[in-house]
Amino acid sequence: MSDTTFLDSTELVLNMGPQHPSTHGVLRVILKLDGEKVLGTDCVIGYLHRGVEKIGENRTYAQFNPYVDRMDYVAAISNGLGYCLAVEKLLNVEVPARAQCVRVILTELNRIASHLLWLGTHALDIGAITPVFYCLREREEALKIFEKYCGARLTTHAFRIGGLQYETYDGFEQDIRDFNKWFLPKVDEYEELLTNNRIWVGRLKGVGVLNADECKEYGVTGPVLRAAGVKWDIRKALPYSGYEKYEFEIPTRENGDTYDRYIVRMQEMRQSVRIMAQAVEAIPEGPIMGKVGKVIKPPVGEAYVSIEAPKGELGYYVVSDGSTQPYRMRVRPPSFVNLQALDRMVAGGLIADVVAIIGTLDIVLGEVDR
Amino acid sequence: MADEQKPGGSEAPPPSGSEAPKPPAKPAADAAKAAPPKPAAAAHPAPPKPPATMAATPWDSDLARELKTHFGEGITETSTYLGQNFLVAKPDSVIPILEYLKLEADFDYLVDVTAVDWPKRAERFDLVYILYSFSRNERIRIKTFIPEGFKPETATGVHLTANWLEREVYDMFGIEFAGHPDLRRILLPEEWQGFPLRKDYSILKQDDRWVQENLGIPSGQ
Repeated sequence: MSDTTFLDSTELVLNMGPQHPSTHGVLRVILKLDGEKVLGTDCVIGYLHRGVEKIGENRTYAQFNPYVDRMDYVAAISNGLGYCLAVEKLLNVEVPARAQCVRVILTELNRIASHLLWLGTHALDIGAITPVFYCLREREEALKIFEKYCGARLTTHAFRIGGLQYETYDGFEQDIRDFNKWFLPKVDEYEELLTNNRIWVGRLKGVGVLNADECKEYGVTGPVLRAAGVKWDIRKALPYSGYEKYEFEIPTRENGDTYDRYIVRMQEMRQSVRIMAQAVEAIPEGPIMGKVGKVIKPPVGEAYVSIEAPKGELGYYVVSDGSTQPYRMRVRPPSFVNLQALDRMVAGGLIADVVAIIGTLDIVLGEVDR
Repeated sequence: MADEQKPGGSEAPPPSGSEAPKPPAKPAADAAKAAPPKPAAAAHPAPPKPPATMAATPWDSDLARELKTHFGEGITETSTYLGQNFLVAKPDSVIPILEYLKLEADFDYLVDVTAVDWPKRAERFDLVYILYSFSRNERIRIKTFIPEGFKPETATGVHLTANWLEREVYDMFGIEFAGHPDLRRILLPEEWQGFPLRKDYSILKQDDRWVQENLGIPSGQ
């Protein structure tokens, strides 16, 4: 927090949230201001704290599976994938190729749904009303596929430890192909609306800069890190679920400002379509569940497994004492860690940019508070 | 090869059934659940007993050797389990190790700081640091065992991200970090009493007084 002031004036403390539309949930930020300039922030979080980690210790491995959907509820499938991978690692079971392929398709579709909600609300925060309608329209199609696959739209509980609960429905592949074909022009449409829009560029360029070193210092991952020029994506660096089989790029930018993070996420949606297009043509035949017993009882031990969730590195550190319940279930949430960098990003900027920066961090409070 | 679960196991009487060594964390919630497995275990007298400790193997690499020569006694174990490398260090050596790994071995990203509670063990808590190196594309876990009331040194001087992560550990386990710039509760209200992720804190427990004073209801249950 900088203590040099622009003018020799009294410091003003302004409370923002927890009931504020631009905080994307119940985030409370206490802003210290000098006129319009932000001197520093203090985040008050925990309004949605439900003790997910404690619940994890008091449920069996299978019973805890639906709970993880309620953390980052706009990317529930990613949460489920991370959890299943962590328990599978402890159990040392192999997931069949077919299940892995379907998992990749659904997870990428969920990444698109998550990025769409981010784009819509972020634009709404900045003052562009139109994109949110478009984004929710497209997201609806993704949610319809989830609903057809597993019956739920948001908290999907799509995966099971060891594979999948459900076989794909008839016409699943065609739905994905149709979505891909239909969705790519929509991304062009958003870009037409925003990328060169003078107001959009003016509000985002040079705002909330976080360079690569700062990102690493603060442990910030995901699109925020990539927009600062670090070509790092867990799907490439430490591949899981067969991501090494698919061709895709890691979009990066140099400046690490809000505009670059926007560009990176837009390109990520295109890359997700690319991954889905490859995966859907190569769904192998075979079983959808690996060799997992009726009672899940991993041997004594511990494992940390993380995935590239839409928001960044989502990790699960699971300690097993050999019983049917986890001894410790630690979730390393990307939103929580990324939110810590908010102070650095807004300090010295203007109060009007605070909403832009909260939006660009793409936090979900369900995951911050757990 | 000292394992974190050995001390706890040696204190407790030799486990008779596989369910026995479970710490008394969830008495009320699990009373009903704990009952059924026992007769089942009696009906099948010889189930394949899983090992009581983690089947970790020694981790042999240039980095492990380098760390061992540099820190000597400070590192008590370098192991690998399921392909994941970890080392066990003495509490005083953790921060120098983090610093050394950051500066000399390029482990520049502190992924997570967390703790595990083993109430029966003399050193009650595992403190776990997960590190990643972008250039080496390698993850490493550092564990240390600390007794209750011990104040480990903060890692905020090495990695800024430790700030909130350590606050969460303090909030949930009551481990105070010496030298932390802003050690307050982070997820729970500041006046809350008790540390929920400790094993002696039942899942049904809550700070009734806080609930009554602040929410105006007799109980949140």
